[in-house]
Amino acid sequence: MTHHLPRDEQEACAIIREASDKGTLLSLAGQNTKAEMGRPNQTDASISSTAMTGVTLYEPAEMVISVRSGTPLSDVVRTLAEKGQELPFEPMDYRPLLGTRGEPTIGAVAAMNISGPRRITAGAARDSLIGVRFVNGRGEAVKSGGRVMKNVTGLDLVKLMAGSWGTLGFLTEVTFKVLPKQERRATLVLRGLKDAQALEALSQALGSPYDVTGAAHIPARDRQGASTLIRLEGFSVSVDYRLGELRRLLKPFGGSTDILERGGADAVWQSIRDATVLKDGADRAIWRVSTAPTKGAEFAKFIAQSLDAQWFYDWGGGLIWISVPLAEDAGASVLREATRTFGGHATLVRAPAEIRSAVDVFEPQADALMTLAKGIKAAFDPKGILNPGRMYAGV
Amino acid sequence: MTIAFPKPDEAVLGRRKEIIEGLGRLLPPEALIVSEDERRAFETDGLTAYRRIPLAVALPSTTEEVSAIMRFCHEHGVKVVPRGAGTSLSGGAIPQEDAIVLGVSKMNRVLDVDFAGRTARVQAGITNLGISQAVAHEGFFYAPDPSSQLACTIAGNIAMNSGGAHCLKYGVTTNNLLGVTMVLLDGTVVEIGGEHLDSSGYDLLGLICGSEGQLGVVTEAVVRILRAAEGARPALFGFERVEDAGACVAAIIAAGIIPVALEYMDKPAIQICEAFAHAGYPLDVEAMLIVEVEGSDQEIDDMLRRIVAIAEPFKPKTMKVSQSEAESAAIWKGRKSAFGATGRVADYICMDGTIPTGQLPYVLRRIDEIVKSYGLGVANVFHAGDGNLHPLVMFNTNVPGEMEKAEKAGEDILKLCVEVGGCLTGEHGVGIEKRDLMTCQFNEADLAQQMRVRGVFDPRWLLNPAKVFPLEGRLAA
Repeated sequence: MTHHLPRDEQEACAIIREASDKGTLLSLAGQNTKAEMGRPNQTDASISSTAMTGVTLYEPAEMVISVRSGTPLSDVVRTLAEKGQELPFEPMDYRPLLGTRGEPTIGAVAAMNISGPRRITAGAARDSLIGVRFVNGRGEAVKSGGRVMKNVTGLDLVKLMAGSWGTLGFLTEVTFKVLPKQERRATLVLRGLKDAQALEALSQALGSPYDVTGAAHIPARDRQGASTLIRLEGFSVSVDYRLGELRRLLKPFGGSTDILERGGADAVWQSIRDATVLKDGADRAIWRVSTAPTKGAEFAKFIAQSLDAQWFYDWGGGLIWISVPLAEDAGASVLREATRTFGGHATLVRAPAEIRSAVDVFEPQADALMTLAKGIKAAFDPKGILNPGRMYAGV
Repeated sequence: MTIAFPKPDEAVLGRRKEIIEGLGRLLPPEALIVSEDERRAFETDGLTAYRRIPLAVALPSTTEEVSAIMRFCHEHGVKVVPRGAGTSLSGGAIPQEDAIVLGVSKMNRVLDVDFAGRTARVQAGITNLGISQAVAHEGFFYAPDPSSQLACTIAGNIAMNSGGAHCLKYGVTTNNLLGVTMVLLDGTVVEIGGEHLDSSGYDLLGLICGSEGQLGVVTEAVVRILRAAEGARPALFGFERVEDAGACVAAIIAAGIIPVALEYMDKPAIQICEAFAHAGYPLDVEAMLIVEVEGSDQEIDDMLRRIVAIAEPFKPKTMKVSQSEAESAAIWKGRKSAFGATGRVADYICMDGTIPTGQLPYVLRRIDEIVKSYGLGVANVFHAGDGNLHPLVMFNTNVPGEMEKAEKAGEDILKLCVEVGGCLTGEHGVGIEKRDLMTCQFNEADLAQQMRVRGVFDPRWLLNPAKVFPLEGRLAA
């Protein structure tokens, strides 16, 4: 199998044009830290962005950064930190969950729309992604969006590229809107709440004027009690004020409260971001569910009725990470029944390839939407050579 | 008037009677407008220099009716121009003679509000402000706030991906939309997204936002609603040099402060607005910033103290922190009346390019040169945080040729925005107004890719076809 490592966009165009002429199926990758996610597909060759690295534009005062797609995420984070800025959406790191090595690339963050806890208020990766350059399945270089954050010129192909898992084009450069890092972050922790209560508390916090930037609940497990976490960021005096107000607001929920700061708090939020809270060995499957936050507790309860499940909530209850035994379909039929009942969608994040081949990894789409998806795929990649079948069969 | 419309399809015009009869079978009589007098009410939108009377106007009340109309038009090859309230400044809702207008304004109800989940499901013809009003009793609001929010519909906001003065903090429509019910051209009704974050599959919601009515007709929307801040207060700074105002904006952001609004006005804009609104603006400065922050009183005081300290090295000639509700209102009244006040002193066209904010001094200098070279005047208002620039090019309609000159100057200004790394339109949309400039920003491959995606939804160019893409070189699928 040939592994292509284009050094620039022009080389990428030539590689893909040739693949298109010959009908060569291509896997698209960065450093392969997430190769074990998605539907397994069979391809003839791979194309990786790893030789295309570097920041091409960074204007801190304009809060914008453009980066070649193969640049390690850690480099981007470091470059921004030097100027006191960060990616607003707090992208998760899948390596601990998947047990992979290598450096995740910024291109994958865009292509898979990878976000973290701050997504609840700051938006997802797709909301900060304001420009892309990519090579489509015809081998043509295409741009959409740009380097300015307010731009409604033409169809927004940026959004289509975000979360398309490399099935529509090979990203060569991505441009993100960034934000200043806040002076202080502090987390209010409520102890001992049951799921439904906890999610109600999170809803009240998120529905308050106090600018919550993280809202998670970790149910009791083993000998550890449940903790409900509410994160605030900003100038120190403002954080103090808001902590006080939130404490007052959430008093009716009872239980003890305390405040976490610095290292300890950062570690907890990282474990929430990376879903390592689940602490489960590789012998269990992991699902990621997005649903209405008001349905979160019922959703988890429904799953627990049929499966030996462990779970926790982020995004105020709207994001549920669930681990279940690998047996049979790794819980797929139960999860799909739950999304049909409560709304939302579920993705099988971790399971052996045999299972990911046998069940739907991504939420099945209604027929009319699947027809549109196939049409869109053909509009970018008429021969179907880019990451074929990585998301859905026929796309 | 320099923008061309496609030649009406004579065959369709010839079938008008039969098309109206067909539509008449799908709609109650009051929902179908056929008389010329009544159709005239729909001949233009916010870009009033251009007018075309449509074949007929359909005003359905349900998704099912929209579906029936779309299926009929699809089967009979009739063009459809979707319409919300008709406030588009780029001509996005201007009809054509061989098209029907499909207006969603009758579908204007709130269907469900979930305060705990922070979402509202609404019919797409509801006004932008209507959503905020429906949730205000619990202290919530819908964030994107285009200045036409009293009239414009959420359907139109989705079609144009509308912004507003507060998008630096809250984002634009695409960042606040969770789901839609949409009718495709062949009448198929699709549900995209829902009450949850991040819809599954390809990001069709993101694609629909800003698609200018070319992919389908949205009949219902699920939007995020947010709890309003405890309070908000602006401060006003006047500078003797444009560069100082620009550097002050950069310094505020470098200090880690994201104000909820950061507005810039140049000298002509200050003078026009002050004469109209008596807002207490300084008349002896070259540039003025309005900086607004949110929070509790204590938080606002702290933040404004920081901002004043940041501004001081740039030697502002005027510095005024609002001390009362009345003062805040006056400061905003001036800025918000910029378009109306300019309309009192001259005719104008409002441009909408976005530029990298660091380019502001250069761009303003060039705009001045461009406009002067056509013998016209200009006032500039600018969303300084996000780079969205609104030059108001002033002219006199009664002087023959001046409007054409203003259009030419506007074109030059937009080309300049693209040249410095920006774009043709930040929030008003392409419509017909900027359609023929698309080739300045996009090359052939870029536009072809957009048109191929468009073609998935509408291969025969029946949906709002005169807009967005240059009339030459159109691709189907």
